[in-house]
Amino acid sequence: MPFIPHTEQEVAEMLQVIGVNDLNTLFEEIPAHLLSGELTAVPEGMTEMEVSQLMHARAAQHPHSVCFLGAGAYEHHIPAAVWEITTRGEYYSAYTPYQAEASQGTLQLTYEFQSMMTALTGMDVSNASMYDGASALAEAVLMAVRANRKSKSRKVLLPTTVHPAYRKTTQTIVHGQNIELCEVGYDPATGITDLETIKQLADGDITAVVIQQPNFFGNLEAVNEITDWAHEHDMLVIAVVNPLSLAVLQSPAEWGTAGADIVCGDGQPLGAPLSAGGPYYGFMCCTQPLVRQMPGRIVGRTVDLDGKPGFVLTLQAREQHIRRSKATSNICTNQGLVVTATTIHMSILGTSGLERVARACHANTRTLVEQLADVEGVSRAFAGPCFHEAVLQLNKPAGEVLAALAQLNILGGYDLAESYPELGHAILVCATEMRTDAEIAAYAGALAAVMNEEEVST
Amino acid sequence: MLIFEHSKAGRNGAPQSPKEKAGIDDLPAHMLRKIHAALPEVSEMQAVRHYTRLSQKNFSIDTHFYPLGSCTMKYNPRACNTLAMLPGFLSRHPMAPAQQSQGFLACMHELQEMLCAATGMAAFSLAPMAGAQGEFSGVAMIAAYHKSRGDDARKEILVPNAAHGTNPATAIMCGFSVREIPTMGNGDVDFEALKETVGPQTAGLMLTNPSTLGVFERQIEAIAKVVHEAGGLLYYDGANLNAILGKIRPGDMGFDVIHSNLHKTFSTPHGGGGPGAGAVGVAERLKPFLPLPVVARDGDAYRWLTEQDLPQSIGRLSAFMGNAGVLLRAYIYMRMLGREGMVRVAEFATLNANYMMAEAKRRGFELAIPDRRASHEFIITLKSESRELHVSAMDFAKRLLDLGYHAPTTYFPLLVPECLLIEPTETEAREALDGFLDAMQQIREEARTNPELGTGAPHTLPVKRLDEVRAARQLDLAWKGGT
Repeated sequence: MPFIPHTEQEVAEMLQVIGVNDLNTLFEEIPAHLLSGELTAVPEGMTEMEVSQLMHARAAQHPHSVCFLGAGAYEHHIPAAVWEITTRGEYYSAYTPYQAEASQGTLQLTYEFQSMMTALTGMDVSNASMYDGASALAEAVLMAVRANRKSKSRKVLLPTTVHPAYRKTTQTIVHGQNIELCEVGYDPATGITDLETIKQLADGDITAVVIQQPNFFGNLEAVNEITDWAHEHDMLVIAVVNPLSLAVLQSPAEWGTAGADIVCGDGQPLGAPLSAGGPYYGFMCCTQPLVRQMPGRIVGRTVDLDGKPGFVLTLQAREQHIRRSKATSNICTNQGLVVTATTIHMSILGTSGLERVARACHANTRTLVEQLADVEGVSRAFAGPCFHEAVLQLNKPAGEVLAALAQLNILGGYDLAESYPELGHAILVCATEMRTDAEIAAYAGALAAVMNEEEVST
Repeated sequence: MLIFEHSKAGRNGAPQSPKEKAGIDDLPAHMLRKIHAALPEVSEMQAVRHYTRLSQKNFSIDTHFYPLGSCTMKYNPRACNTLAMLPGFLSRHPMAPAQQSQGFLACMHELQEMLCAATGMAAFSLAPMAGAQGEFSGVAMIAAYHKSRGDDARKEILVPNAAHGTNPATAIMCGFSVREIPTMGNGDVDFEALKETVGPQTAGLMLTNPSTLGVFERQIEAIAKVVHEAGGLLYYDGANLNAILGKIRPGDMGFDVIHSNLHKTFSTPHGGGGPGAGAVGVAERLKPFLPLPVVARDGDAYRWLTEQDLPQSIGRLSAFMGNAGVLLRAYIYMRMLGREGMVRVAEFATLNANYMMAEAKRRGFELAIPDRRASHEFIITLKSESRELHVSAMDFAKRLLDLGYHAPTTYFPLLVPECLLIEPTETEAREALDGFLDAMQQIREEARTNPELGTGAPHTLPVKRLDEVRAARQLDLAWKGGT
């Protein structure tokens, strides 16, 4: 079923116009001994009905579980209108808006998206989005190294409280560019980056420091102190934030005296379904003086020949299709369709709606943590405030406990054993606005049962 | 009018928000936001109407023919979207245990296998989230391969001067320097120049075949031989894979690593500029370096491979699993095509391009490479129209918009003056191809009789030609109140 409209007669006529007898002649410049012949390892084609039956069966293989798992991807309610409008063909099947006059819909929407991201982060400018939060952090690190002309060291402080997969992704992407990523540990009592530790590391020239707020453990970092200290030492501050949290938390522009310099993160909490890990989108905002160092597409408002307002991709001189080997990045796409969804999502919820979602997440997580920490053998790992995630310590191996909960269709959290072995048996839990009091109570009950078993079966 | 200009304080989407719960007063006051974020405050209907109306200002495949060279703007079957958005896929948390994700993992594993079969590579990773990330991982694997052999002298990546801009940008990101290889007038790489350039400093050559000039590189075997003999590896930029799908496989041409733009060849939507997917495939010797995660099959069960399985991997490229939903759409499309459909894709994409090229020539347009077979795309050069009629390729592009056709790729490849790179894809009917060429003739005729129609185009779209210089000089990148 290759979606080809040609009739046999048309094919014959078209071949005649070309002046060849058959389709194979069109490939005569390919050395014949290289032709592959039938792709026997690819299955035969299916009709739409057959593939529909297959996909329904595959989707049905996933049991429905109640999700207390976050760790960078969060189950939130998405208003029905969001994806209804987003999947209109005019958005879904449109190309990158290089022909501005034929793309004013996507371009204006992207300008509105950039405006919303600057409103949330408090920063001056935003780009049109990057691939995801982790790769956006990598690009932010590269940007900081380009932008901080006072620093020669190409050394960036990357606390261990930053999402482990973000750190790994950053390592992969900056690997070839002679940049040193220095880990900074955390205070075991509070689970936040220790200011004294960080100060000891900063004996020489450092280019930038990354701060994630809330951090991977859900805890709130001392962002004001770290920002001011970093600026005193001529470092740039890269903020990694959950954009939903910014409905209620201090915006990165308000960190310390001068605010963060570059802000990035993953936009998934604002309208992207969990969808097995993507597509989500990364966002990046910065201060005005850094805009020409920012990677990725940017939309600007201008006027047409009649002086009427309109929108175009701008500052393209930074990009690969113009600058080639001197581009700020090799990036050529943004996550246009997900940006469409998130812009509609933020419009429908608005300021007060997003605040409500953020407060409900926080309140549910408080309830969850209180109830789970009451279970025998379970305790909070860290003192101090958190947003909508928290670390719990268990007196049994976390992997076994989570597997037992999964049997009961509860996704009980994220096992910290691999990335943070020093925490012992520990899990990261999350309750978004979607979790009901009954579900939270059911989780507490199930956890109590699992913790009470003599032998946890896997 | 911007969404912000519909906003009134106090209007909100209360029904779409959760009911009010306890506050956040347990958090320290200095950690809280002092000023509310100025998002729009509109009703759901206002938002729906605003974004529906905005959508109507877009061209899209669903509404217009897009003969955009090197972009493969083929039809995006609706079934791919509907089925990828089944609740069982949408509600799956990326960290859910593998035992609870077997349906999704089975699709991903089969997608890897089909990509291997279609390209002749030994293994695939679906991790890259776009073509450029696929390229990045390919070149990073080339670097890792040489390093693993203690071969530290290979600092250069070779790129033909007709290549996509991402190729040199990627090589730089991976720490290489770039040397350009000239292209000959017939579209083939200048083989003598290549031979003089390769050496012990060559890490690899990045090549698109068919090239961005829309012709098949006939010397590919000799090129592969000379690069391999010098110790370099061959990178295949999969942007033009649609031209040869099911006909000839990059692996059989001698390529060691390829990326495939699933949003081109395998019809996942462009979405107004993404998300894409740039799956990366490798020959046997690069397997240990594949980016993570990769799906493996153990008996009847599927699981993710991790750093423990692939300790030499170049690493992760995203927090989770790349653009999983995009990968599902590509999977569904490939299952519908099947092996017999894949070869028809290449045949009819090539038929359409060669038909348009023959017709364009018959109608008096100059072809950039007149004596070759077109692949799935071809180039018209408007240098005589530009010289004699003072109407540029950009004017043609903008006037085409008025006449209901998205412009072809203009001014790329950079080697051909006043060029239009035209790729019709297999999904367009002959009527659309003829209609486009009628429009091209009409524009040329107008240039003789009424030149302002071209130079002032577009006239019928929501805006006229936009002031890009002003946009870059007087930066207005976000709404800050006012109009």
